[in-house]
This record gives sequence, structure tokens and C-alpha cells, in this order.
Amino acid sequence: MAQKNLLLGDEAIALGALHAGLSGVYAYPGTPSTEITEYIQLHPLTRERNVHCKWSANEKTAMEEALGMSYAGKRALVCFKHVGLNVCADPFMGSATTGANGGLVIASCDDPSMHSSQNEQDSRFYGAFAMMPVFEPSNQEEAYAMTRAAFDYSEKRGIPVLMRMTTRMAHSRAVVESGEDIREQNTLHYPEKPRQWVTLPVNSRVRNRQLIKDYAQFEEDAVVSPFNRLTDGPDKRLGIIACGIAYNYLMENYPDGCPYPVLKISQYPFPRELAKKLADWCQTILVMEEGQPLVEERLKGVYPTAITIKGRLDGSLPRDGELSPEVVRPALGLPAVELYPASEVIAPRPPALCQGCGHRDFYTALNNVLKDYPGARVFGDIGCYTLGWMPPFNSLHTCVEMGASLTMAQGAAYSGTWPAVAVIGDSTFTHSGMTGLLDAVNEGSDVTLCISDNLTTGMTGGQDSAGTGRIEAICEGLGVSKEHIRTIVPLPKNYPDMEKVIREELEYHGVSVIVCRRECIQTLRRHASKK
Amino acid sequence: MKQDIILAGVGGQGILSIATVIGAAALQQGLYLKQAEVHGMSQRGGDVQSHLRLSSEPIYSDLIPRGGASLIVSLEPMEALRYVPWLAKDGWIVTNTTPLVNIPNYPEMEKVVAALHQFPHVVAVDADTIAKELNNPRGANMVLLGAMSTGLDILEPEQLREGIRRVFARKGDAIVEANLKAFDAGAAQHLEEE
Repeated sequence: MAQKNLLLGDEAIALGALHAGLSGVYAYPGTPSTEITEYIQLHPLTRERNVHCKWSANEKTAMEEALGMSYAGKRALVCFKHVGLNVCADPFMGSATTGANGGLVIASCDDPSMHSSQNEQDSRFYGAFAMMPVFEPSNQEEAYAMTRAAFDYSEKRGIPVLMRMTTRMAHSRAVVESGEDIREQNTLHYPEKPRQWVTLPVNSRVRNRQLIKDYAQFEEDAVVSPFNRLTDGPDKRLGIIACGIAYNYLMENYPDGCPYPVLKISQYPFPRELAKKLADWCQTILVMEEGQPLVEERLKGVYPTAITIKGRLDGSLPRDGELSPEVVRPALGLPAVELYPASEVIAPRPPALCQGCGHRDFYTALNNVLKDYPGARVFGDIGCYTLGWMPPFNSLHTCVEMGASLTMAQGAAYSGTWPAVAVIGDSTFTHSGMTGLLDAVNEGSDVTLCISDNLTTGMTGGQDSAGTGRIEAICEGLGVSKEHIRTIVPLPKNYPDMEKVIREELEYHGVSVIVCRRECIQTLRRHASKK
Repeated sequence: MKQDIILAGVGGQGILSIATVIGAAALQQGLYLKQAEVHGMSQRGGDVQSHLRLSSEPIYSDLIPRGGASLIVSLEPMEALRYVPWLAKDGWIVTNTTPLVNIPNYPEMEKVVAALHQFPHVVAVDADTIAKELNNPRGANMVLLGAMSTGLDILEPEQLREGIRRVFARKGDAIVEANLKAFDAGAAQHLEEE
């Protein structure tokens, strides 16, 4: 009997993967992707089948671990936010060369409008870059079905599948029906074509030519895919290509059915055949896609010049930001809806560090000391503590990507910045700060690394952090001298001690690490209520 | 039949519990449902909102179009005002009256109240005080759910009460009963205000 579940888009992917016979999920937390892995961690089938579900140190290790599982013939899922795909770009590109043995699905969640991210990069470009098929579900029900289909497709064509989703669906719940046909897990079996798993040039040249041929096959598959659908309409003045979730914003405006022909796209490579059919009917094509104008750009070479292409590039739709039902109305020629104007009374309420958070006490002490060092620059990193850039602290000068704090501090220190201070969280440090610390030790850089250790991955809701309990040992193992690894407890009563330690280590002209440790108050409360 | 609801508040106030209860009731009734939530950075004491859509027909968009919400339900009075562009012309605002002041430039309360009462259909409930009087200080969200329940055409109050029983069952009978009391107190408030 079919079961009705109320699931986030993330959870629909998770359930689809479990029902497809998943043997392991490999992931690093990142909004809006975190709930995929969390759902798998709590699902009874995971325990029953011993499905791997521990967090990885970063997206690169996650991708490689999953590739190893695929090599061994089993089905693996990799999950991260869109910028995680940058961290694992090397093994991701490599996996197109090796191909997949056991089904391998890579779920990358994009964040248009940057609700919780530093950019709005569109993962679909990576799919085309690697010559890998991309699946982009338009709703939660489809996310479940497409995840199952993606594992089958991955094994049928011997290629990993990139599953792209955006914040709005990742974090929206809807009813998903799941069947009882839960597939068995794969047994251990090795690739039939072992050469392509050794990416020496002699093998990769052969494989690359094959992949180019395969990519043409993937496009033929996309033309006949049940997830791509060309629907005729009586009014031929406009033809619409709607990708992924943009299809919903289109249909929301036509409760009785869209009068224009519509090509719904959820599987790539972009099926040019279907687009050409649409152009046989319509002289003007509107492209609606969430994220960057990938399809719109590609169409320029597909259509004769007489065809007008409208979308994000010609200004019919906004060039950036998330789409919505009302944002797409002008492009469809629909009148604006009469609205209440925005209230003039309201004040912005930006996110802030929690009251009682250890990061607050750390920044207070750091600011007190740095009053005496006007030349100081503080290089920040990614996590809750990035909010230290905002008032009342205004403590940070930079924040770029995971791990960039210490390495940017090194470059600045070499250029004459003093003191050069880096601020990083414990989870970000083990994600991609450790190799930078090795550089600093090897060069004897004059930098002070502050690891604000809250014993968890705080920003994404308190997932396990890879180095908990071993931060000082890791720093010592990387070669930082023991006298310059200092540990402090960030509390108001400790300000004098904290400031003394920070001052001493700024004055030391070499690599020093200050571990500033107190548990995240959110996880502390959770642990207290469990007891 | 359909109903589009904006749930508003400040990170940590418990708007998602309201959404979860309505979601459980809607699922039980076989309604279509979409519920867009805010996770991640914005949760840290910032403004949060959830778009909750219920319908007897399939729903396409996860987001409510501006001008389309029949209800704004807010656990904080200024936050109710933040989403008025989403409110339909004949829509209702159901709001808690206790402000949550965690920013230095919070507007004067009289201005917030005056702005709220410019709208034709407003129900203002002191959910915090009612919840405290019931010895259930964390139940302000259930008081507000009760207050909105009589304005919710697509689900019956008893179906919502069943939703509370389902959602809080694993926390024990005492919590279920306390939340049902909070719900009933809120529902009574709404009738008085009307």
C-alpha cells in the first residue's frame, strides 16, 4: 500500500535513496542540504541495513569515500550545498572519468537569493563541465521518484548523476507517496572496465573520447525522459521553457491550465530536439530557470536568428535572485496584482549570535586587546562566528570561503600586516583549515590562529564536528610548538585571563594557536533536556 | 477550497510547531499541502517566516504569491507587519501583542499597534500572558494557533486539536493536555475579539 509522507524536498531525496537500495550517504553539513543526511541518520532502514551515515570532514573526502563505495559496486549518495561542489571539484570531475560502478548520485543544493550563502552559483554548469547528466526535480514527489531513477540511470549508463535542487524546494514540505517496493542493496562487485579507474593519461584519453560519445547518448535519453515534457497549447504567440521549480511558478499563474505550449525540463543535458519542436510552433520563447541563465545561453546556438529568446539575459526576468509566482508575471504578460504596500514602521531584524554564546565573549576579549594594535587585521571564516562582522562587534575584515582565514592571514603577514589574526571555528578548521596550518608552520608565519571551538557544527544546527576533543593534538601534530598552543574558556569572568593570553600570542613572532573553547549553547540546551 | 497562510515570528519562537500541527491535521484530512520553511543562518534571532498552503486541489508553487495570503499569523506584532504585501485585500492578521525586542531600533509600540489597526481584519491576542497564566509559558504558539483556528475555513478546530495530540504525543500526556488548554484559551479569545 502506498504510504503518504509529509516531507521536505531534502527528505524526499533521502527517502528515495534509501528505497533505491542505498549503502552509504557521505556529506558535510551545509544549508540547504543538511536535512538529507539527517533524515537518513534517523531512518530505521539505515540501522537495519547498516547504511553508512556519519558526517565526513569535508565535501572532498565525502565525494571520494562515495566514489570508493561505487567502485565496490554499491549505491552511494553524496550531499552538500552548492559551494561544497567547489571543494570537491577535483574528485567530482574525476568521477566523470572513472564513471560509476554502483549507482552514484551527487545531490548539490543551490541557494538563489543567497538566504544562507556567499554566492548563487548554479550547479548545472558543473554537470555540463564534467559531461555528466543532471536531474532537477520540480517538486517533492518528483524528487523522490527522480532520486530512485537517478540510481538506476547511473548504473545503466555507468556515470554519476548530479541531482540539483534549490533552497525553496529543499526546505519546503509536501505530501510524497512512497511505495512498498524497497530495493535490495547491491552486493560487492567490481567494475567491468577497470582501466578507466586509473586516470593515467594513457587511460583517460581513451575514456574521454568515450565520455564525449556517451554525452550525446545522455542527451538522447533526455529527449525521451518522462521527466521532460513538451505540452502543446492553443496560444502560439509564446512558447515557454520552464526548468525545475520554475515550472511551478509558471503553473501557479494558470490554475485552469497554461494557454501557451510549455517544455518542462528536469533532466539534462538539455534536450535540443524538444526545444526545436517548440520553436516550430512559436516565434518567441521565454526561458524560466531558477539560478543562472544556463539554458537561455545554450539556446542561442540552437535556434535560427528569427526566433526571439526571452529570459534573464534580455531583462524579461530579473538577472539574479530567486523566482516566485509574482516575479514571473510580467514576462507572461499578466497584470500586476494589487498589494498592500510594505509597512514603513518595521525595522530590519538581522540574524545575531545567541545571547550567552561563547563567540560573543571571544570577540569582546579580542576587541579589547586589538584597541592597542591599530595595524591589526582579522581574517574570518565561515560559520556562526561570521556574524562577528556585524555590530556590536565589527571584529572581522574578511570572510571568503571555508578555510580562507588562516591562509589569507599568512599572505597578508608576508606582505607586512601585523598583527595578522585568523578566526575559524572547530568544524571549519578540520574541514579545510588544517592544511593551511601546515603551510604556516613550514613557513614560520607570524600569525595568530584563534579556533573558536564550540564542540559542534553550529550554524547548520549542531552536527558532530570531526575534530572534537583533539584540536590541540591536531595542531601539535602539524608542528605548532606546544608553548604556543593556548586554551582559554570564553566567559565574562575570564576576560582578564583571555586578554593576557591573546596579547602574549600576538607578541610572539611565529605561529600561535589560541583554542577558545565552550560548548554551543544551543547544543548545551539540547543535551540538558535529554538528561 | 484553498487557504494560504503566512506564519511569522523571530527565530526560536516556535512558528514551525504551528506549521507542524496544521500539517498533521491537513495530512489526516487528505488535503494537498506545501510548507516552505526557513533554515540556517536566518534562524539565529532573525526574522523567520513560513509559507503554508492548504488546498483540496494540487498546489504548484511552494511560495504564496504576494497579495494571496488569506491569513498572516505572527508570534510578534512588528513581524506581522513585515509580510503585509503578501496579505490579500480581504485577508486577516492574527498576531501576538507581546513584542520581542532584540534590536536597538525597535519602533515605538504605539506606532506598531496603530499600523496594525489600519488593516480591516486584525485579531490581537496577548498570547504570552495567556500562556503564562496557564503555567505553559512555551505554549504561546498554541494560544495563537487557537486564535487563528476559527478563521481557518479549510480545517475544523477539532481536527487541529487532533493534530496537537499527534504531534506532541511522544512528549507525554501532560504536554498534550497543556497545549490543548492553550489552544482552547486562544480560540476563546478570537471569538471575544470578533
